[in-house]
Amino acid sequence: MNKNNIYLPYQMKISKITQEAPGVKTFRLEFLNSGEGELFSFKTGQFGEYSVYGEGESTFCIASPHTRKGYIECTFRQVGRVTTALANQEEGAVIGFRGPYGNVFPIDDWKGKDLIFIAGGIALPPMRSVIWSCLDTRNHFKDITVFYGARTVNDLVYKQELEEWGNRSDVNLHLTVDPGGETPEWKGEVGFVPSVVENVAPSSIDAIVIVCGPPVMIKNTFPVLKKLGFEDKNIYTTLENRMKCGFGKCGRCNVGKTFVCKDGPVFTAEQLADMPGEY
Amino acid sequence: MNHQFKLLRKESYSGLIGNLLKSQQVYGPVKQEGYTYYKRISYPDEITEDYIIPQMSAKSFVFPKIEKLFSFVKSKDGVRVEDKNLDTIPKKVIFGVRPCDATGIHNLSAIFLWEPEDSIFKKRREQTTIISFACSSADDYCFCTSLGGGPGNTAGSDIQLIKTGTNDYLAEIITPKGAEIVSSNPGLFEDVDSVEKEKYLVRLPVCFDDSELEDKITDAFDTAIFDDLSMKCVGCGACAFICPVCGCFDIQDETKGSMGQRVRIWDSCGLRQFTLHTSGHNPRDTQGARYRQRLMHKFSYMPDRLGVKGCVGCGRCSRACPVEINIHENLQQITKLVKIHKHE
Repeated sequence: MNKNNIYLPYQMKISKITQEAPGVKTFRLEFLNSGEGELFSFKTGQFGEYSVYGEGESTFCIASPHTRKGYIECTFRQVGRVTTALANQEEGAVIGFRGPYGNVFPIDDWKGKDLIFIAGGIALPPMRSVIWSCLDTRNHFKDITVFYGARTVNDLVYKQELEEWGNRSDVNLHLTVDPGGETPEWKGEVGFVPSVVENVAPSSIDAIVIVCGPPVMIKNTFPVLKKLGFEDKNIYTTLENRMKCGFGKCGRCNVGKTFVCKDGPVFTAEQLADMPGEY
Repeated sequence: MNHQFKLLRKESYSGLIGNLLKSQQVYGPVKQEGYTYYKRISYPDEITEDYIIPQMSAKSFVFPKIEKLFSFVKSKDGVRVEDKNLDTIPKKVIFGVRPCDATGIHNLSAIFLWEPEDSIFKKRREQTTIISFACSSADDYCFCTSLGGGPGNTAGSDIQLIKTGTNDYLAEIITPKGAEIVSSNPGLFEDVDSVEKEKYLVRLPVCFDDSELEDKITDAFDTAIFDDLSMKCVGCGACAFICPVCGCFDIQDETKGSMGQRVRIWDSCGLRQFTLHTSGHNPRDTQGARYRQRLMHKFSYMPDRLGVKGCVGCGRCSRACPVEINIHENLQQITKLVKIHKHE
């Protein structure tokens, strides 16, 4: 972060664009000023403000793992003014980035445990950062299981990486689409994420579970995890309330007295239970 | 607090403003079409003393409605970003600030100087000297005393002037910045022996127990009281606009041709779009939830996180509200709530 002007972004060059799903793109961003890039570091779970000059800023997580240096990635869906302006950028263009902001997934504390990732829709990007950060240090963890669902087959993001994870013997991957979203060729499951998790019933013994999804998915998945015996302190999620500043001043992301940008975005279910349901 | 007091005779008052005008921008309460505003002045006699409280608070001196954060120029070769030059922020002295407004700036500082420090706000604060006028009158909307403030409260002020029975002024020297003004105007301030500041101040009754408020409102989160109190709220955001402590903002880009700037602009938690997600989901989806946020932020979250309240009891939001929602009455109602026992 720029100490002299906390609102001043880094200049980032888009070095690679990947079309993930209809309206969803991933940008790989490299620091235009290599000196700034060398001083920059982040940890998985953190987020930033991405901007097109003249259009404004948008908040996304850093979707790449902290284990890979020299660049960051973000994945976004084209919906509003800023994301449309971003989607219209081409490789080589320069955009703004402020960050990293927020707390982190404490993956160092998860050593020696099973990891279960549960994601829905466009919420895979924050999870993808954690998954790769863990896969890049694979021997620190025991079983790694990934549940991922989207409305339709077409809406699944990171299709190449899903294939890669599916082919790895050290990852258990469960893909699902909502009823009606399947295609004739679809080999995954059909059903909502919480019910797929309930059917597979992963063991809660010595396991950490990470849930990312729309608020409705998070609220429906917690009771299933409780039934499977997971303790609240071992369930992690990341909240994505609307933000402008990213550092606790603009006043809109707070859930009760807790600032998602400063105290989060990573919370345990234990912490969420103490917070009002304002997310 | 043992502040030093000096005497500023009525004959010296204009001289002080005149001297200040020679070295920096001077602002003060000025009458305009029957209303009072803090405005830039060129002559000492533009300042009025005939006001309870100016229409707008003094927050825009440190937190302007629109603040340029940096500028940029777009061309075929890309974007050139130019950082804001903080040296262009001028020195200002604000005369006749009410103690509640000075406290507002003090409390607003807690938000902007909270890590990470906002250097733009900080520079504006450093460049601004506040000479407050203690209150000898109040109206039905004023309730600073119920929140631990008062007509002679000195938080946020560098000097406070208190008008005496002889129309002279007691000058209470509060900060080094204030002391510097006194020392650089040696002929104007006289030594004074005994000081009875209180007798020149308006008496304003305390209407509720401030120490109970934070606990009561924090416990009331899940009750229906915020829906009840805001039933008639139209979500116009006027309360935030005129509030001396409302610091919530939006960040937007403004462009003209190839030139542009990123700006920080006032915003309000009372507006529906404030927290609206791209997906259409809104964590504060009713006016009641938004009013709850407004009050909880001021009386629960800010005290808890920053050690200051988000309200100084100036009563402006009640005066400005088009549907007559009265914050003073609402706070009294909240402090009368019985203790809520939560189930473990």
